[in-house]
Amino acid sequence: MRDLTEALVELIRRTSTDLPADVEESLVGAREREEAGSAAQSALSSILENVALSRRNSTPICQDTGTPIFYVHHPEGWSTRRLREQIRAAVAQATARSYLRPNAVDALTDKNSGNNLGDDAFPTVHFEEVEGDALVIDLMLKGGGCENVGAQYSLPNGELGAGRDLKGVRKAVLDAAHKAQGQGCAPGILGVAVGGDRGSSYYASKEVLLRKMDDANPDPKLAEMEQQLVDEANQLGIGPMGFGGQTTVLGVKMTGMHRLPASFFVSVSYMCWAHRHRRMIVRGDDVTYE
Amino acid sequence: MRHLTIPIDDEAIGDLKVGDPVALSGVMITARDAAHKWMVETFVKKTRPPQGDDLAVYEALKPLLNGSAIYHCGPVVAGLDTKQYRFVAAGPTTSIREEPYQGEVMRHFNVKAVIGKGGMGAKTLAACQDVPGVYLHAIGGAASLIAQTVVKVIGVYKLDFGVPEAMWVIEVKDFPAVVTMNAHGVSLHAEIEAKSKAVLERLLST
Repeated sequence: MRDLTEALVELIRRTSTDLPADVEESLVGAREREEAGSAAQSALSSILENVALSRRNSTPICQDTGTPIFYVHHPEGWSTRRLREQIRAAVAQATARSYLRPNAVDALTDKNSGNNLGDDAFPTVHFEEVEGDALVIDLMLKGGGCENVGAQYSLPNGELGAGRDLKGVRKAVLDAAHKAQGQGCAPGILGVAVGGDRGSSYYASKEVLLRKMDDANPDPKLAEMEQQLVDEANQLGIGPMGFGGQTTVLGVKMTGMHRLPASFFVSVSYMCWAHRHRRMIVRGDDVTYE
Repeated sequence: MRHLTIPIDDEAIGDLKVGDPVALSGVMITARDAAHKWMVETFVKKTRPPQGDDLAVYEALKPLLNGSAIYHCGPVVAGLDTKQYRFVAAGPTTSIREEPYQGEVMRHFNVKAVIGKGGMGAKTLAACQDVPGVYLHAIGGAASLIAQTVVKVIGVYKLDFGVPEAMWVIEVKDFPAVVTMNAHGVSLHAEIEAKSKAVLERLLST
């Protein structure tokens, strides 16, 4: 099996320093919607200036380079043990090159490992064997500020008047958007999973964030609801950075799951405006990036 | 744009209104979760006895913090091996986690400005009135841009807390921020929270 460590360092560099075009475009759209001369518009101008500068200088868009989360889809025959070793080596190298901040802190001793390598969940690596001949690795960097404002609801919820249906889901998501205020670096993108257990639900709420900003949910009911939630969350008026304004969220991405008869979870993962994710595709000797 | 020079005098603090953009220049210190807990437990409440270099660091911090600014930031720093430190990325972290500590730290060290993101609560707002001081909101995530205003890394204390949690002494020039909590008890964050709550209640009722 070939050594992909260098190619993975490049994936990390691109993810940390080069914001995907669709995210940048939605930020440009948000700036156009804000009132001229407002704090909200000024914040978005600084954000876009920072995006361009980070790309030009290969420096991290945000100093909180988050939890590196790798989604590995591999054809039969790849060693996941060796892929994990190479991913870990690449994370340590990218940290030494200042593409990542050393972020792995032992929760019991408070000790920062200094190289971003913690237990098996830090960096997080998900493996899935797939058909075909291409190895596809997606990387998402999920910062702590936005991770902290994620929320999980168990429906029914009396306080919100939220029952076990899509109307109840809507109320839970709007409550989460309100509670987050500007803390998660608004305008954010909400990943929403309906169903599952607590663990699988949160997992799905993050994975759904890998979708393109402007795509439509294949389920027409969810597609309609995503648009409705964007409109309603933006009526909250929290705005960029919580300064007040038109754009509180850039997008909402939803997914449905199976659940136990007894459980009805709604999980909301808040992604900050700096939605850093990139894809690497390995086919034979070719390595390409998206 | 209002230019503020550290140390900041009370008159300049008193003039600041919520919504004012400011450009800050001078020497400030980064401090976040570990540093705030350490400062309050060791020197303010004294529930934990000083250990190791604690007292020496305390003596060094006192003049640095007097009239100065604390920046809630865990930077990406280059030059760790050679100690020729350089800030590569240095945006603000979420401030509300320091709410239990911030007011006491401001009063104890006479800190005039707290810089971060997301705003703070009633205890810090009260300290802003007493000291007097302000809360300045930097642009979350604008890390490369803000790092360019850090012209020099003067030194570092408590590096054993880890790079993000260490207390970095930095010189900044025209560091950009917006006043969101002032010395007269006005908080943009409290205002936005109340307004958005009213909208939420209307949306939830349908």
